[in-house]
Amino acid sequence: MSNPTTPSGGAKGPSPVAMIALLLFLLAAVADQTLFSEPYFARKYVDLKSNERIQARHTGADGESRTAWLEPTDQKIVSGEWKPVEGVDPVKWTTRPAVTEKEYEAVQAELAANPGTAPTRTLEASPIDTLGVWVAAFLTLAIFSFLWRDNPVYKVAESLLVGVSAGYWMVNGFWTALVPKLIAPLAPGFTQSNLLPDLQASSTPGLDFALALVPLTLGFLLLWRLAPRGGWISVWPLAFIIGTTAGLKVISSVEADLLPQSLEAMKPLVVFSPQADDAAKLGFDFWMSLSSLVGVVGVLSVLVYFFFSVEHKGAVGKTARVGIWFLMITFGSAFGLTVMGRITLLSQRFEFLFTDWLRIG
Amino acid sequence: MTDQTPHIGPVRRLLVRLGDIDRRWIYLSMALAVAIPMLTGLSFPETPGKMSSATFDAIESVPAGAKVLFSFDYDPASEGELQPMANAFVHHCAARGHKMAFMALWPLGKQMAEATIDSILLANHPQYRYGEDYVQLGYMPGFETVIKGLTTNFASQYPLDVRGTPIGNIPLMSDVKTLQDFDLIVTVSAGYAGAKEWVQYAKSTYPDAYVLAAGSTGVQANQLFPYYPTQMEGLLAAVKGAAEYETLVAAAYPPPAHPERLEEGRRRMGPQFVAHLLMIGLIVLGNASMFAARGMKGGRR
Repeated sequence: MSNPTTPSGGAKGPSPVAMIALLLFLLAAVADQTLFSEPYFARKYVDLKSNERIQARHTGADGESRTAWLEPTDQKIVSGEWKPVEGVDPVKWTTRPAVTEKEYEAVQAELAANPGTAPTRTLEASPIDTLGVWVAAFLTLAIFSFLWRDNPVYKVAESLLVGVSAGYWMVNGFWTALVPKLIAPLAPGFTQSNLLPDLQASSTPGLDFALALVPLTLGFLLLWRLAPRGGWISVWPLAFIIGTTAGLKVISSVEADLLPQSLEAMKPLVVFSPQADDAAKLGFDFWMSLSSLVGVVGVLSVLVYFFFSVEHKGAVGKTARVGIWFLMITFGSAFGLTVMGRITLLSQRFEFLFTDWLRIG
Repeated sequence: MTDQTPHIGPVRRLLVRLGDIDRRWIYLSMALAVAIPMLTGLSFPETPGKMSSATFDAIESVPAGAKVLFSFDYDPASEGELQPMANAFVHHCAARGHKMAFMALWPLGKQMAEATIDSILLANHPQYRYGEDYVQLGYMPGFETVIKGLTTNFASQYPLDVRGTPIGNIPLMSDVKTLQDFDLIVTVSAGYAGAKEWVQYAKSTYPDAYVLAAGSTGVQANQLFPYYPTQMEGLLAAVKGAAEYETLVAAAYPPPAHPERLEEGRRRMGPQFVAHLLMIGLIVLGNASMFAARGMKGGRR
């Protein structure tokens, strides 16, 4: 059999095999949802919820006027404390939170038992959410297929993941960093009209503008490395980034790691604890003393192992050997925890396939 | 090759052959080890350990109605391990009547927080009102610099909530000037930026201002153990920590609706147990096979 980790090297462009597999999968989904009144596979339900917000204004005791978007039934509006702003249209939208099949069936049973009464909740089957489950199931199985061997279906799923991730990060960076932190202080009017209607007017626009010029300039200098000449200019912003990061890390490392952890390592080797039968009386605590001893021996021996200025021979060599044992136990513990994490990932995907998709869990 | 070696017993021959087994049999056995307990509903009673109990006590230690900041520092890739913790944390805090602000240092943390609010907070505690009892602040880029900024001026990092309301206009946040105005910080963390950064930039700077509790993936847990309990009052490590904490929370505060959403961690411990037995068996078998092949012509050394 071929090695499953060996790349096939053949997948170039959209693969017919992958396309056919996806098509068959989607056809099965459509058939399952349309041909049977009770589908064998997934069917998702949503709760249609209407929302409305009106803009309201309130003038505080300090004379400051504040506006906020509130529900029409909000107590502040009902009591007259906040007044709706005239000329501003209310905002209405519908949300579609997912509900379980059991909830859907309970509401249907309630309606059947009380015909003619208005339903308390509007629950309905959602074809688009159901399609989402099928696509997720296909992609999960496509990724699992790599365990058999590299194949075009896996390649499609992998490429999709890479492409979607890259696109998501780009859009995310634009809307969460570039717009609010750079474009907004440089051009607040433009930003409010075209990009962020909720943008609050700054009390110090001049200062914000001047401060935003710093990252703008550094950003341009960083991109200079793409220019055919003068690439060395990008070293300046890099120096800024490295300097700032080093400053942040040095302080936190000393404050949070070096000093507290050193103090934690300086424990009394003989520990006395309150007795179980009489809390006022202190007695020798064997297990705590052993714990302290193991901690101190572990710290010192591992430090000796990483001390390379002296040859690891004689007493130093033996201590370093003890340090290696401590390190090995630490790595084993880390490996065990990693295995636990990976098995949880697998069980979560199986839960999805069995419960959400196949409905057998 | 091994078949040509004379004078070896059938057990040793079998062990040597097992060393050359196709890895896909191992994948299949692992899939079965996880799937069968899941389909049969295999589960075990959880006995809460020291760290899980300390985490429970940390949440209990702040007075009812205290202000809690939740940081959802993970994404769907770690949902299997961390969502059970997030569910239990939110239900526990709501049962105690704490006021909750949700934020995220990871871009998709906001969506994870939204899902938890819908499926746990509002489903089990419908009395919670937005703006008064809980608020969603969303994701803020900047990693540890966000935490550093929150300790000096909260509004400098979060001038608005996700609905575009200035935080000064939100009743829950109106008297929050800095991070130190919260009583408890809970981070559910999958890596950088996450629990370690909350210790480094928040707890170490203001050790007495708030209680810090964290839920962590197994991969990251080893980095966090040194901080417990001095610099981090509570720590849940991997799905085992989640299952133990779920047991404590469900016993003290049974969820009024959707109890199954507070059983995810415990449900995943059955497959975990069988998969671990398989792993141990494979490690023993692999070593036995290596020793069996030792010294044979063409065998492994």
